This record gives sequence, C-alpha cells and structure tokens, in this order.
Amino acid sequence: MENNLIVSPSPHIHGGDSICKNMYGVLIALVPAFLVSLYYFGLGALIVTATSVAVCILFEYLIQKFLMKKEPTICDGSAILTGVLLAFNLPSNLPIWIILIGALAAIGIGKMSFGGLGNNIFNPALVGRVFLLISFPAQMTTWPEVGQLTAYTDATTGATVLSLMNEGALDKLPTLVDMLIGKMGGSLGEVSALALLLGLAFMLWKKIITWQIPVSILATVFIFTGIMHLVNPLQYASPFVHLLSGGLMLGAIFMATDYVTSPMSKNGMLVYGVGIGVLTTVIRLFGSYPEGMSFAILIMNAFTPLINSYIKPKHFGGK
Amino acid sequence: MLRTFRIGGIHPPENKLSAGKKITGLAIPKQVIIPLSQHIGAPAQAVIKKGDPVKVGALLAKAGGFVSANIHSPVSGKVNKIDNALDASGYKRPAIYIDVEGDEWEETIDRSETLVKECSLSSKEIVDKVAAAGIVGLGGATFPTQVKLMPPPGSKAEIIIINAIECEPYLTSDHSLMMEKAEQILVGVTLLMKAVNVTKAVIGIENNKPDAIARMQQLAKEYNGIEIMPLKVQYPQGGEKQLIDAVIRRQVKSGALPISAGAVVQNVGTAYAVYEAVMKNKPLFERVVTVTGKAVANPSNFLVRLGTPISTLIEAAGGIPENTGKIIGGGPMMGKALISPEVPVTKGSSGVLLITKEESVRKPVYDCIRCAKCVNVCPMGLNPAFLMKFTVFKDWEKAEAGYIQDCIECGSCSYTCPANRPLLDQIRLGKGKVMGIIRTRKS
Repeated sequence: MENNLIVSPSPHIHGGDSICKNMYGVLIALVPAFLVSLYYFGLGALIVTATSVAVCILFEYLIQKFLMKKEPTICDGSAILTGVLLAFNLPSNLPIWIILIGALAAIGIGKMSFGGLGNNIFNPALVGRVFLLISFPAQMTTWPEVGQLTAYTDATTGATVLSLMNEGALDKLPTLVDMLIGKMGGSLGEVSALALLLGLAFMLWKKIITWQIPVSILATVFIFTGIMHLVNPLQYASPFVHLLSGGLMLGAIFMATDYVTSPMSKNGMLVYGVGIGVLTTVIRLFGSYPEGMSFAILIMNAFTPLINSYIKPKHFGGK
Repeated sequence: MLRTFRIGGIHPPENKLSAGKKITGLAIPKQVIIPLSQHIGAPAQAVIKKGDPVKVGALLAKAGGFVSANIHSPVSGKVNKIDNALDASGYKRPAIYIDVEGDEWEETIDRSETLVKECSLSSKEIVDKVAAAGIVGLGGATFPTQVKLMPPPGSKAEIIIINAIECEPYLTSDHSLMMEKAEQILVGVTLLMKAVNVTKAVIGIENNKPDAIARMQQLAKEYNGIEIMPLKVQYPQGGEKQLIDAVIRRQVKSGALPISAGAVVQNVGTAYAVYEAVMKNKPLFERVVTVTGKAVANPSNFLVRLGTPISTLIEAAGGIPENTGKIIGGGPMMGKALISPEVPVTKGSSGVLLITKEESVRKPVYDCIRCAKCVNVCPMGLNPAFLMKFTVFKDWEKAEAGYIQDCIECGSCSYTCPANRPLLDQIRLGKGKVMGIIRTRKS
C-alpha cells in the first residue's frame, strides 16, 4: 500500500494548551503586583526581581546543560516564574549575593535535585525563601518602608503589620485601605492584596487554576482568626487584618497553587487549602515567627502525595 | 440553563463544515467489499458462496452469535470472492467481494417515499425485524440493536433516550438526517418505544443544531410521549453514560449497563434504520456518511451503500487535498486513523475526516506537571495522569482501584494535556489489561 498516511490512535486533535502558555499566563497575572512593588519600593524592587529571575534562569541552564547533560528547557517559563516568585518573597533591600544563594537553593535543591519541572515535591521558590530565612534571619526580616524609590540596600527599614501583631502593638497598624492597596512594609510582591486578587481573577478567567485552593486557604484563615478575634480582640487582630497582611494573599494565590506541588482532585485541593490555612494561623498566632505562610505551604506540599493517593476525584456513578 | 452531564467535559472547535449540506446519493461503485465483522461481537457467518448472484437487500451473512448482526448486500451483482480485506482497524479480516451489475432490489423492500405510521406488530415482532435487518448502533459503537432491545431478566426499561448529540467535531450525518428524515425518525422512535414497552422517549440534541431542534420539536407534537431536549454543547455528551446523566440525571454505576438506570439509548440514525427495517422491510445496507476536512473542496453528507471504498467518497467531495496527513474514519476525537483510503464504508462509518500534515503530527511530550487539567475534564471522574503512570509501571491493582476499566476513551485528557502526554494511548493499554484480569477473575 503506497501512501504516506500517518496512523496513530485517537484523539487526533489537541486543544493547543501548553506548559509555556500556563507559565506565561501566571507571569501575566503577576504583573499588577510587580507594578505596585515598583511604585512603592522603586529601584530596590527592580534590582531584586531582575537579579532573581536572571540567576534562576542561569542556574537552571547550567545544571541542565552541564550536570544533567540534557537540552535546557528554560523556554518553558518555569525558571522565570520561580525567579519572580522568589523575588516577591524577599525584602526589596536584600543584597545581590544573598539573592544568588536563594536562587541556587530554589533551583538546585528545590527543583533540579528531584529531576526538574514536574518532579519536585516542594515549591522551589519557597525552598529558596525558607533557606534564606533560616540562614539570614536578620536580613530576611527587616523590610524597607514604602516610598523610597531610589534606595536599594541603603533603604530605611521599619516594622511590618505582622511584626506589630506579634509584638501585640495592634494600635499601630496601618489602615485597612492602605493594606489593601499595599502601602505598607513587607516582601516586595506581597504587599498589595488588590493587585494579587486581580492576578487571581485573571488566572481563574484563563482557567489556569481553579478556585478551590486560594478560596479554602483564605476562608480558613478568615474563620480561624475571626473566632480568635471574637474571643479576645485586644490580643488578636481582626480577620481582615490577617487576610491583608504578610504573605497570605501571595501564598494563597500564587505559591500554594503551584501545579506540581499541590493536589490534583478538587476535594484534595480543599483539604490541602484548609491545612495551609490552619497551619498559617497557628504559626501566626501562637508561634515565634510572625509569618507562617511559607512553612504552612511547604508542610502541606509534603502531604500532597498522600492526599493524591487517598483523596480521589469524584467518580462517575460513585457516591 | 440548558442541561449537560455533570462531570468534566471539553468544548473543542466544532468545525461543522458540512452542516446544512443536503444528503446526496453517491454512484454505486464497480465492486464493494463487505467485511463480516462490522459490529461489536462475533463476526457474521457467510451464507453465500463465490459466484452466487445477489440482489440489493439479500442476506449475505447470518449473525454469528447472540451479540452479532446479519449483513445484507448493498448492491446487486455476483459474489466475486470471500477473502481477507483491510478494514478500518488496519487489520485484514474476512470480507465478501461483490462485483456490481445493475441495481436490482429484493421485491420485499418498499422503495416508495410514502411515510408509514401505523404499525400493528408486537414488541417481539419489532425486535425480530430489527435483528433480521442487521441493525447496529450507527453512532459508531456498532453494538447490535436487538440485544439492547431485550433487557436482561430482572431489569425494566423506563425510557428510550435518542442520541442525536453528534458531539464529535466536524460530523454532521445525524444532523442532516434530522433535517431530511425527521418524520421517519419519530416513527422509528415510537417503534423503539413499543419494542421495549415504554411510554416516554427523549431525543437529546445539542444546542449547536437549532434548525434540527426546531424541526423535530414542531413534528414531535404529533407523537405522544416524545420530548425533544436541547442540551448544552459539551463533549463527550454522545457518550451513553454522559447522555443518560444529562437527560435523566442518573449516573450508571461502574460496570453496570444503562438499563440499570432504566434507560435504553439508541442513536438517531439507528432510529431511522429501525423505521426503514420495520415499516419498509429494508435491511441496513446504506447510511449517511459525512466527508469533511478544512482542506476538502466540498465537505458533504453522502448517502452511501456499505462496502463502497472510502476513496470513492473522498473523490466525490473533491479529492484528497495535497497536504493531507491523516484520513480518519469517524470524528477527530474518537475516530480511527485509516491505513489506506481503500478501506470500505461499514455500518459504523459516520464520517471521513481529512486533516493536514501539521495537525497530524504530535507535539513533543514533557513531564507531567500535575496541573490536574486532565482530572478536571475527565467525564468519568478519573485521574488520567495517574492511570497513565500506573500503566507505565504495570501496577494493575492501583489501575483497577482507580477505575481504569471505566474509561470511555473519549480522549478529553490527551486533548487537554499541556505537556502533550499520550494519556489515552497508555490508558487504553492499561484498560485492556485490567479488563482481562477482571474477566479471568470472574471465570
């Protein structure tokens, strides 16, 4: 039979979705938060982000090319995304050499040690952040005050909402409106809840993620801190302050929803989200660290394989 | 809000290029090739031999078992030989070759266009006529229709659901049939209702065929118990279990038959074939086939005698475009890529789709990023990424616990996967293996 017909099993068409499209989609969703960070932290935000992205790409390229000896896949956008997310979790006055170490931990330990994209257990950007938090606690927990557009490592630092809450100084908190738009100290990408929610809306619209993880995290933290606030309003801040402070929004929308390290079934996602919400609140209210989001996500990342094995999708015809 | 099934689903570009095209007859070829296995179940047994003269509608082969179907001659002429022939699956299987002479029909067949509505036959007589006519599910599954019309002891049919979904992109054969043979279809539905003793039937039509919905709704007023239900466009709504869920909100349990939910599902083309068989004494030897593709000159709906080489149909639609990479028997989601354009049209051929070389080549495969998009679209509520992994690692216990045997092979997972993973290819292998294990355990 002389012909050049291609024979392969069905389906014969593909929807055209790709890893690149999803990664670049998340990057687009991060643009509003990046613009806000430029507006409030200026040069520092730009240097930290650019450095983080550049070295994440570089480390991924070097490791794939010379250690793994395979074709580098930096074009898929995942290293850029890790770089941006790592930067968003750092203070805007962090020196370049520390960012370098963070990027090496994120890409080297967090991602490539497990075999690269798709095989890692922990969110690479958070591995980098927590590595730095433990190694350089002083530099990682002093944040510049907003509005110093030309400052970098020389920026004046000040208290953040979470450190004020941890010290019990609830009367010194910024207004909720300032917190919503991001006019407060903090890691460079986490400050503006509004910008991050805009990113969430974009990702839901583009069907990059589903609502289960962010909503379950935010709802759990809101309810848990709300109960504590009702019990003792002098010691525990209002649930709105908790929702708008620290890395909660950034974590719930962009870190916990990382495909590779979060569960696959809808119910699994809810369990995972509630777990993150509870752990975050417990660390915030009762732990010695002011912020618990990173640890909570990493702990639930570790539970993800278990959740995936035992909390299955709702089966057709099942209960 | 229009109804649809409740778990998963996708909406690929519809590309119904041949919608609105009239059904046109196709010239009878010089030779037809009639495979003895055109249905699910045992192959039919030939009852003629080399050199025998046959008329249109003459019995060529008898059902070879309970789940099997008769096969009739689509042409008049002489049996040339009984020999192996390439079929849509790519294998050579026994087939009857007939050299065509004229077009002489069996006298028992009523060739008039007159609509016959009155039927005095009993349920059993209707089922017997359907069996004699060799009717199988014409949506593509080709399950012998009479078997579905005889519910197993202890089960009771409550409703007939007519599958007029045609959720596969490109295909329009059912659509065109509804536009031109609506009355005959409705009479066919009443015959099916009588066959299984029910008083209610629902014809499910997706909302992308508003003209068919309007036409059927208008005519259905004259028929007691038949409801036309427009449904939201969602693939794979034409899947039997999905359609039952969409229409009567019942989910058939894993491993159970549709009748356990009280439903008997028949394709709309099958309903038409039942009308012709029961009212016109016409066995199943021709059907409507869509020939289509973005580069095809004249996408068409042809009325084709079974056994006609697919190349003849493509010729009539303007020939094979230069850039053709694949010829698909059926739609792009579940159809089979043909090994040659010379394979014959069979009872299950709903369409012929030609796609370009660019569309035919698969894109590079990356590691799974566990994005769960396959989980979200799976209409059976499975985890395709894990089922593929279990198959690759030959972990049949986990595959069975993950209900791999429930996969309907709709391809939504592979269609959606951003890493271009061949999910369905692997799941199909694993499903076959696990179903084999389940069968040996039962026996």
